[in-house]
Amino acid sequence: MSSDVRFTDFKSDKQPTWCPGCGDFGTMNGMMKGLAETGNDPDNTFLVAGIGCSGKIGTYMHSYALHGVHGRALPVGIGAKLANPNLEVMVAGGDGDGFSIGAGHFVHAVRRNVNMTYVVMDNRIYGLTKGQASPTSREDFETSTTPDGPMQAPVNPHALALAAGGTFIAQSFSSDALRHVEIIKQAIEHPGFAFVNCYSPCVTFNDVDTYDYFRDSLVDLKEEDHDPTDKDAAKDVIFDSEKEYMGVIYKDENSVPFEERWGISEDMSQIEDKPPEGAMDLVREFY
Amino acid sequence: MPEDLNWAIGGEAGDGIDSTGKIFAQALSRAGRHVFTSKDFASRIRGGYTAYKIRTSVDRVESVVDRLDILIALTQRTVEENMEELHEGSVIIYDGERTTMKDFEAPDGMIGLNVPLRRLAEEAGGAIMQNIVALGAACEVSEFPIENLDESLEKRFGQKGGSIVENNSKAARAGQEYVRENYDLDLDYELETTDADYVLLNGDEAIGMGAIAAGCRFYAGYPITPATNVMEYMTGRVEQFGGAVVQAEDELSAINMALGAARAGARSMTATSGPGIDLMTETFGLIATSETPLVITNVMRSGPSTGMPTKQEQGDLNQMLYGGHGEIPRFVLTPTSISECFHKTVEAFNLAEKYQTPVYLAADLALAVSEQTFPPEEFDMDKVEIDRGKVVDEESLGEWVNDKQQFKPHALTEDGVSPRAFPGTKGGAHMSTGLEHDELGRRTEDTDMRVEQVDKRNRKVETAIENEDWSPREFGDADSGNLVISWGSNEGAIREAMEFLEEDDVSVRFLSVPYIFPRPDLTEEIAAADDVIVVECNATGQFADLIEHDALRRVKRLNKYNGVRFKADELAAKIKQALSESVEATP
Repeated sequence: MSSDVRFTDFKSDKQPTWCPGCGDFGTMNGMMKGLAETGNDPDNTFLVAGIGCSGKIGTYMHSYALHGVHGRALPVGIGAKLANPNLEVMVAGGDGDGFSIGAGHFVHAVRRNVNMTYVVMDNRIYGLTKGQASPTSREDFETSTTPDGPMQAPVNPHALALAAGGTFIAQSFSSDALRHVEIIKQAIEHPGFAFVNCYSPCVTFNDVDTYDYFRDSLVDLKEEDHDPTDKDAAKDVIFDSEKEYMGVIYKDENSVPFEERWGISEDMSQIEDKPPEGAMDLVREFY
Repeated sequence: MPEDLNWAIGGEAGDGIDSTGKIFAQALSRAGRHVFTSKDFASRIRGGYTAYKIRTSVDRVESVVDRLDILIALTQRTVEENMEELHEGSVIIYDGERTTMKDFEAPDGMIGLNVPLRRLAEEAGGAIMQNIVALGAACEVSEFPIENLDESLEKRFGQKGGSIVENNSKAARAGQEYVRENYDLDLDYELETTDADYVLLNGDEAIGMGAIAAGCRFYAGYPITPATNVMEYMTGRVEQFGGAVVQAEDELSAINMALGAARAGARSMTATSGPGIDLMTETFGLIATSETPLVITNVMRSGPSTGMPTKQEQGDLNQMLYGGHGEIPRFVLTPTSISECFHKTVEAFNLAEKYQTPVYLAADLALAVSEQTFPPEEFDMDKVEIDRGKVVDEESLGEWVNDKQQFKPHALTEDGVSPRAFPGTKGGAHMSTGLEHDELGRRTEDTDMRVEQVDKRNRKVETAIENEDWSPREFGDADSGNLVISWGSNEGAIREAMEFLEEDDVSVRFLSVPYIFPRPDLTEEIAAADDVIVVECNATGQFADLIEHDALRRVKRLNKYNGVRFKADELAAKIKQALSESVEATP
């Protein structure tokens, strides 16, 4: 880590192929700024992404990165962090990647509480496959595969996270750059699994959950009298069917990361070129 | 033939069959006798028939035979299940005071020893020790010094403290005394002891031990029979060397965690059985395309679907060889014995990192649950070598950058192997992906680069074929026209079958193949043979198909797929029969 890292150091020389105006630009910029401003650099950062528009992020950012398979980015990040706790691990995904195919992994990643940051670029639609319903799409949202709307309740990711014992649950908005960076930085600095759902509008396929919609409807928790350490208050925010909020919804101040509870601290990449000291004891156990 | 004795205890699951068998096996091992154990078990926690069988000899034993000399039968069904293996002179120890065994009478020619197991156990301190009473009775039958039991009782119950070890020891002696006083036996089942010191372990344990010896530090898995023992073995042990074992939420997560750890630079492994391999196959192509070293252990069981989870089969060969969409370079290793489970695991880690390729390490249920004794030198850690392949550091990665100083993790090299920088290495930041990519790891659809990257990855296999030893293990008479070929766990049974065949003046050349891909070229050996018989535990002869494809010659097939491993005497008869038939006559 070095202190003179600028956020542009996290930028690769590849031009994003996201649609002009896509919310993912802002989401990514905030992630890069958050990483730089918390003292990380590309060489100590491991970024994992799944499939979809969000999955492309590893190409546009400069860091150690793996672009994996659909919905499985979280386990990859967990494995990397446990193998080398010195790494700053950040996982990016979309709403389909995280709450549909990867929903199982999401719940278990939350309860495992490994010290890493998970940013979901939530646009409430499948963009890269050209406009189908996602798990966060509204009940009446008409798409090519749901002409009358999905007719099922959207997933409430924050509720899932809270129920699974989440220790850091936040909502940000890609277009509110300052707040987004601030939230990402808090997430990185949180000792445990930090979940940031970031509204990242799709300008091509979603004409309901637009910039304007979020700008008008999002209530900033900073301006409310919200105490993020109060679980009941968090519950109220999460289950408020009238309003949508932005900010840190819940933060467990007593969070102890999984690796610390398990006593995992070594960089496992460093091994000698011979069996470990005392390996013969493994054989003697079988006497 | 070695002078050996076949012993078994059988009853219902939950009767403590396993631990009783293990106590006796350990006592035999500590008394300097070789042991080979096998288990019959069903997929349930309590009830149903279950048995633990021990074959023991002063000489090394590596297989089971269709023969039972001493049987401790806690239920009538135990006798029924084993009727075919019992013979004239077999001893059956049972408790005639047990309601279900009240009317039991040993079949003609067999010796029934009616021992009040439960009553004697109660007198010694508790009915729970009835199996130990039976062990004492078995010691008397086989003239085995009962003192040898004490050490393994100590190992088993020592930590529980109090008088448990003492009571068990007393129970064993009660069984011994009872037989001595009530029966006048003149049998030929003496278990002589030696000074040798052996270790006793099963295939799953050998894999776990090999993994730790080879520097594996990260293991993620999901419980599944018969692979769970690998995880249970590593849990608590790998941590002592700075590693971690994680029980994931499913196999998809397990393999992705292992992948993440491997990319972070840890020697990493997951283990599962066929159904788990199905789920992991999704990620398999990503591992190969991102050129991540990973060892995936498949302890095979009967399939397809959930099949017979507690029964033997070698049915996943095609799955490991061809599983996954697209064309995926990989290695498939198939240890042929419990000891080879250790050595091939070490090899798997080195191959994975030297060639940055996924490696399937395929054991099977027969290897996983059978225990065998070995001289400890067989697992000499000083001989274990660790080769991490082309790992670059801050200085050496300078040789692998483009003119913009960008590191090339998928550089096109002559041997197909690219440099590898662990995250944290300064200047090495790069991405990798399951998408086709360029030398920098970035997605591309450039037609030339596609071809170059595919060729590069396939070149690794060619390099490995040239540089590594893929030869089979060879046994028997090299000049014999009768060639037997097998892969995986059948080696022990075939080697012993060859001894039976020798007695009948049938000579055999046996090639035991521990590699499915790449595999040895056996064309010459096959051309030189009059008869070629391929032995495997599956219905269709998946390996025989490969042999025919490689050598362009029809072979005879010996297949078994009823869920039970091959037995030596059974194999001898079948090989003899196959030799007498023409190749067309075998399916």
